[in-house]
Amino acid sequence: MDLDKSIVGLTGPEFTFEVEKRHIRQFAQAIGDSNPLYVDEEYAAGTPYGGMIAPPTFPIAIGAEGEGIDLKLDPKRMLHGEQEFIYTRPIRPGDRLICQMKVTDLYEKEGRSGRMQCLVLDTEIKDENRSPVVISRMNIIYRSKTTAQKVSN
Amino acid sequence: MLKYSELQEGQVLESLKKPAVTKVQLVKYAGASGDFNPLHTDDEFAQSIGMPGVIAHGMLIMGFLGEYVMQVAGATAEPTNFRMRFGAMTRPGDDITCSAVVRKVYEEEGKHYVDLEVKAEKAPEKVVGSGQATLRFF
Repeated sequence: MDLDKSIVGLTGPEFTFEVEKRHIRQFAQAIGDSNPLYVDEEYAAGTPYGGMIAPPTFPIAIGAEGEGIDLKLDPKRMLHGEQEFIYTRPIRPGDRLICQMKVTDLYEKEGRSGRMQCLVLDTEIKDENRSPVVISRMNIIYRSKTTAQKVSN
Repeated sequence: MLKYSELQEGQVLESLKKPAVTKVQLVKYAGASGDFNPLHTDDEFAQSIGMPGVIAHGMLIMGFLGEYVMQVAGATAEPTNFRMRFGAMTRPGDDITCSAVVRKVYEEEGKHYVDLEVKAEKAPEKVVGSGQATLRFF
C-alpha cells in the first residue's frame, strides 16, 4: 500500500534532549574529527563561537532519541535519500533542547527503477525558550512494493 | 582559512582525505549516533540481506563532509545550511576523500555568504555523498 497525503502534518510526541559534553566528544571521535571546537573549552572560547559547540551533523543523534511517528512504514521499502540541516545557531553542551518530529511533505517522482514516493520528515529542534536551533530534515524514498522486491532479490 | 574577498565561483578548495573506514569506527558511530541498524555492525546480518558485509552509515559520510566543511570554515564562517544526497555504499577499508567547489559568493542583509558544492568519493568518480553547504562569514 502506498502512503497517503493525509499523513502530511502528523507530528510525533515532543521530547527533551540534554546535550552532554561526553556525547559530543564521542560523536566527533567516531567520525575521526579532531576539531578542537568540539572538545577544547579554552580554544573554543577564543573563537567567534565563544565556547564549545557540537559538530554540524550532531542533530542526527537527537532524531534517533525520539519515538518518532508511527507511520506503519515497511522498512524494506525505505531508503534515506537525502539529509539536510537548517541551522539557526550551533548546538552547545548543556543545551536542553525541545524536539519534535513532523511529516512535512509527501510527493511522487519517477526514479530509475520506477515510480516512488518521497517522504520529508523534519525534526524541529528548539531551545528551552522555544527559539529555533536547527531543523534536521530527512528525505526518505519509499519505493513501490514491486521495486523493493526486485532490488532485494 | 577562507577569505571572502579571495573566493571565486568555480574555485576548487583543498581536499581532505580521511583514513580508511574501519569496522570499529562503525560500532563507535552506531553508539554515538544511536543508529543501531545491524546492517552497519553485524556482517552475518548484512550477508543475510544480500550484502557482501557491513556498510557504513550514510550519516558517517555526511559527518566526514561536516568535518571538512568546518575545517574549511575555520574561525571565519559558520554553516547555515548543509545538505547531502546519499550515493554509492561505503565499506570498511574504503578511503573517503572530501572536496569542494565554490558555487556562489554573495551578500545578503549585510552578511557575506558562500555556497560550496561538496562531494565525498571512495575513488575518483565513485561518489558516496554529494551536496551543498552554505557558510555565513562572522
